[in-house]
Amino acid sequence: MQKKRLVNIILIIGILSAFAFPKMAFAISEAYKENIYPVGTLKPMDSKLKVKVGDQAPPFTLPSISGEKVSLNQFQGKKNVVLSFVPAAWTPVCSDQWPGYNIAKDIFNQYDATLLGITVDNIPTLFAWTNQMGKLWFPVLSDFWPHGAVAKKYGVLRSNGVSERALFVIDKKGMIRYIDVHDINKRPPLEDLMGALEKLK
Amino acid sequence: MKKILISSVVVALFFSILVFHASAANKPPQKGEALPTINLPVPKNPDERSYLGLSGSGLFKIPQIKAKAVIVEIFSMYCPYCQKDAPGVNQLYRLIENNADIKDKVKLIGIGAGNSAYEVEVFKKTYNIPFPLFPDKEFTIHKACGEVRTPYFMVIKINEDGTHQIVHTQLGDYPGAESFLELVLKTSGLK
Repeated sequence: MQKKRLVNIILIIGILSAFAFPKMAFAISEAYKENIYPVGTLKPMDSKLKVKVGDQAPPFTLPSISGEKVSLNQFQGKKNVVLSFVPAAWTPVCSDQWPGYNIAKDIFNQYDATLLGITVDNIPTLFAWTNQMGKLWFPVLSDFWPHGAVAKKYGVLRSNGVSERALFVIDKKGMIRYIDVHDINKRPPLEDLMGALEKLK
Repeated sequence: MKKILISSVVVALFFSILVFHASAANKPPQKGEALPTINLPVPKNPDERSYLGLSGSGLFKIPQIKAKAVIVEIFSMYCPYCQKDAPGVNQLYRLIENNADIKDKVKLIGIGAGNSAYEVEVFKKTYNIPFPLFPDKEFTIHKACGEVRTPYFMVIKINEDGTHQIVHTQLGDYPGAESFLELVLKTSGLK
């Protein structure tokens, strides 16, 4: 009897785990050839947010791949800002996120918003990686040193030193209006972000 | 009795998972094979419906398209090469539509791997894409097609008796509209 129960429990755990860790689905662009490192399915979230909707966005200044330093406060009073943290260069889902934003410039403009792409990679890595995406219209910032300091400030630095796949919408007054710390294995649907920007109007 | 019930539920769940996994292919569709199961919604847009020779609503399968050959592009709005190739693929559509001999024989559709309807619409609008595009938000079709990289092109030959086979597949490497049309016509026996 005991044995039967054990078998049942093992079966149930097996089945539940199959649901808890579904195979990661993504479509890799041929643009990256064989250069995308397979990371497998990761723990969906691995950090604790330190900010919430309604807070003033923590200020930061980071170097960008174009050589200029970009500060959050330079957009205050001028533009809404979307921060797009992606975990790492040369990984599957990240490589197919910013190229989509790259053709959505008109929609960002429509909401008077700019986009800042951020990873914890260093500038040369970001330069090489984003070159595969075509010419990006938005700044790409490196939160490499002190390592992941900005990601940490927002509470999206994972325990292995990469950031979450997270989106923050910050209005012209510098207030956080939307946060999506997304399952790291999945790309956030564009309509969710645009829906958040629509609400700023 | 209760134990039997629990065991049955467990076994049923287990088999349903096996079936679910079986629907994901290990490799992309190959030349000579039939297509994997791909169900697409009949377009709401009457022009697109008429282009594909479909009527009504609900779902359809690619071989039901009224044509001798169908070109399928699996793309993603997030894919840089799909973006780069988009004007050239539009040109392919125009070459076909402007040629009275093949206009009714060759049709072109796109399937957006992992793209929502909104994302497909952004892609369509950005590149003024004149042929029907279908979202595959949950990667269902992408999985059935062996999780191909994008863009992935397939040419499907539809026979008189309603059977079909894949006569050409190609990952990226889009050679331009003229060369690709030539290849489509040759492989599908239209030339």
